[in-house]
Amino acid sequence: MIKVGIPRALLFYFYYPLWRAFFTELDIQVVVSPETNKRILDAGLRTALGEACLPVKLFFGHVLELSGKVDYLFVPRLISVEHKEYICPKFMGLSDMLRVRLANLPPIIDTALDVSGRRGLDWSHFFEKVGSIFTRDRHLIKRAYCSALEADKNFRRLLKSGLLPPEAMDAADGISEAAATSVASPGFLKIGLLGHPYNLYDSYISMNLIGKMRQMGASVVTPASVSDDLIDNQTKRLPKRLFWTLGKQMIGSALTFFENEKLDGVIYLTSFGCGPESLVGELVKRWAKHRGNPPFMMLTIDEHTGEAGLVTRLEAFIEMIKRRKKNEDHVPSYGQPVHCC
Amino acid sequence: MRITYPHMGNLYIVVRALFTNLGLDLVLPPPTSRRTVELGVRYAPEFACFPLKLNLGNFLEAWELGADTILMAGGVGPCRFGYYAQVQKEILDELGKSMEMVVLEPPDVSWREVRDKIRCLVGDISWWRIFKAIRFAWYKARAVDTVEERVLFLRPRTYEPHRLEEYRRQALRRIDEASDKREMDEILRDFNNQCRALPLRSGPFLRVGFVGEIFTVLEPFANYDMERRLGLLGVEVTRSIYLSAWINEHLFGGLLRVKGMEHVDKLAAPYLNSFVGGHGQETVGSTVEFGKQGYDGVVHVAPFTCMPEIVAHSILPAVSKDYGIPTLTFYLDEQSGEAGIQTRLEAFVDLMAARREKRRKENL
Repeated sequence: MIKVGIPRALLFYFYYPLWRAFFTELDIQVVVSPETNKRILDAGLRTALGEACLPVKLFFGHVLELSGKVDYLFVPRLISVEHKEYICPKFMGLSDMLRVRLANLPPIIDTALDVSGRRGLDWSHFFEKVGSIFTRDRHLIKRAYCSALEADKNFRRLLKSGLLPPEAMDAADGISEAAATSVASPGFLKIGLLGHPYNLYDSYISMNLIGKMRQMGASVVTPASVSDDLIDNQTKRLPKRLFWTLGKQMIGSALTFFENEKLDGVIYLTSFGCGPESLVGELVKRWAKHRGNPPFMMLTIDEHTGEAGLVTRLEAFIEMIKRRKKNEDHVPSYGQPVHCC
Repeated sequence: MRITYPHMGNLYIVVRALFTNLGLDLVLPPPTSRRTVELGVRYAPEFACFPLKLNLGNFLEAWELGADTILMAGGVGPCRFGYYAQVQKEILDELGKSMEMVVLEPPDVSWREVRDKIRCLVGDISWWRIFKAIRFAWYKARAVDTVEERVLFLRPRTYEPHRLEEYRRQALRRIDEASDKREMDEILRDFNNQCRALPLRSGPFLRVGFVGEIFTVLEPFANYDMERRLGLLGVEVTRSIYLSAWINEHLFGGLLRVKGMEHVDKLAAPYLNSFVGGHGQETVGSTVEFGKQGYDGVVHVAPFTCMPEIVAHSILPAVSKDYGIPTLTFYLDEQSGEAGIQTRLEAFVDLMAARREKRRKENL
C-alpha cells in the first residue's frame, strides 16, 4: 500500500479531513507526523532559514519527521484557495524551499491549487491532478473527490457548532464525543481568540494557550466557528478588499468578536515576523479602540518564548476582565469611565 | 490640492516632471533622512516592512510642509505593499493628520478606475497633454537610468571617485530641471564628456550583481548606499532592475518594450516554480542570470520580514551551488549598523577576490 505523508503543520488544521478522505478513497495510506514536540521543532530550526517564521520552521521539522517513512510527501502549493486571494508568499514557495534545504526527501506532491482565476484551475482540477499521480481511473478520482468534499462538509459543520479543529477531527472519527460536550459547558468568561490556525491549535507552540484559558475558567471562541458569510459581510466594510485569506478571516472574526457583547475580551496570537499579521494585527488593534474598546491583548510567539511570561500575561488579562465584570459601571483606574452617566 | 508621494531613489525627478507638466501642485517630501526614519518607526507597526515605515515618515514630513493629498501605488497581493496605503491612512487619521489618499491600483484591477482617478487628480486637461506629460517623465526616467548605469560602470575604475559623484549629482540635478527632451540629450552628452575626461584604471574588476526587493535596491538610503560602498571597494555592480523598468511594469502594465523581468522568471523556474509576490522570483532568476554570465558574486537586499525575499533567500543556496556564485543577503531595517554592513561587504569582496585568484592559478 502506498503511503502518503501529511505534515501536522500549517494548513493541516484546515484541510486534513479533506486530504485524508481523498487519499483513503484512493486506497492510499495517510501517515501524519506526530504532534509537535521539542525534537520536531529543533529539527525545523536547524534546517529552515533563520528569517522564516515559526510555523514555516515547524513545517520543516514535521517534514523531516515523515521523510524516510513515506513514499510521497503531500505539500500542495497553496497559491490561492479563494478567488483573488492568497495565503502567504511562503506557502507558495514551500515545496521549493523544502527541496533546496532538505536532502533525501521522498518525492513531493506539490500540485498547485490556484483558484484566483489566473490559470483557470479549481479544486476539482487540483484533485484530478493529484489523483492521476496514483491511478488512471478517473471515476475513482471523481468518487474520492466527492467523498473528500463530504468529509470536509462534515468537518465544517462540526466547527460551526463550536468545536475547535482538533476536537472536530476527533469527533468526526467518533473518537471522543466527550470532547464535544466539554466545550459546550459554559465557562465563567467567554474570550475570543484570534490567530492563524497553525498557531492556535498546535498546543506545543502555543504553549497550550487554549487549555490554559479553559483552566482559568474561560471558554474560548476562535475564528473557526465564525461562518464564511459573516466574515464576507464584515470584511465588506474594509477600505480595500483584503488579498490574504487568513488575514480576511482574522479581520472578519475580529469585527464579529468586537460586536459580540457576550464576549468579555479578545486575545490575538501571532508569530514573530509574520508578514500579513504585521498589517492585519495593526488594523485590528486600532479598530478595537474605535469599537467599544473591548479588553484586547496581542501575544507574539516564537521559538524562544518563555512559558512563564505567557502565563503571567494571560493571568493578568483574565484577572483584569474579572475585576471589570465585578465592578462594572465603576470608573477604572485609568482613562474614561466604562459607562458614563 | 497639494499632492505628495513617497520617495524611492530618483523617482522624485520623474514625478516632478509629470506633475509640473500636468499643472499639479507637488509637495516633495524632504529627502529621506534619520528624522524620516524616526517618525516612521514611531508610528508604524513594529513588524511592518521598512518601506512602509519610510513612506510614513515621508508623508508626515510632507504634511508639515502643507501637503493634503497623497499619491500612492497599490497592488493585489500577496506582497504587503498592496495594503500599505490603507494602513498608512488609518495611522495618519488617528494622528489627526488626515490626508486624502489617491491609490493607483495596477491596471488589472480596472482601467476605468485608473482613468477616473487620473481625471479626479488632474481636472480638465486634454488626454493629449496627459500623454505628453507621461512621455516626458518617461524620458527623464530613461535619462536618470543612463546616468546611474554609467556611474556603476565607472566607480571601480576611476581614480577620483569624489569627482565622479559630483558629476553624477550635477547631471541628476540638471535632468531634474530640464524642460525638454533636447536639453536632456545635451545633459547626457555633457555628462559623458566629463566622464570620458576622467583618468581610469584598467581591469579586471570584480563583478557583482545587485538583486532583491525593488525599494531596497533603488533607495540608497534604505540600502545604506551599498552600490557606492561596493564601487569604492573596486567592484563593478550590475543592478537587476532599474527605475524605468519598474515604472513600465507597474504603472504602464508592461506596455513598452523595455528589457523587463519576464525572462528571469523563466530562469528561476527550476528552483522556484511559482510567483511568490513582490520580487522573490525575480531575485532567484536574476541570480541564475548573473551566475550564467560568470559574475563573481551576488548581493541580495530585502527589508526585514519581507515574505517573498525570505522564500528567495531560502532558495539561493541551491543556485549558488549550481552556478558556483557566492551570494550575500542583507535584511535591512532601521536597526542596521553601517559599520556592520561595511565589514560584511569588505569580507565578501575579499572572498570573491580570493576565489578569482584561485581560479586564475588553476587555469595557468
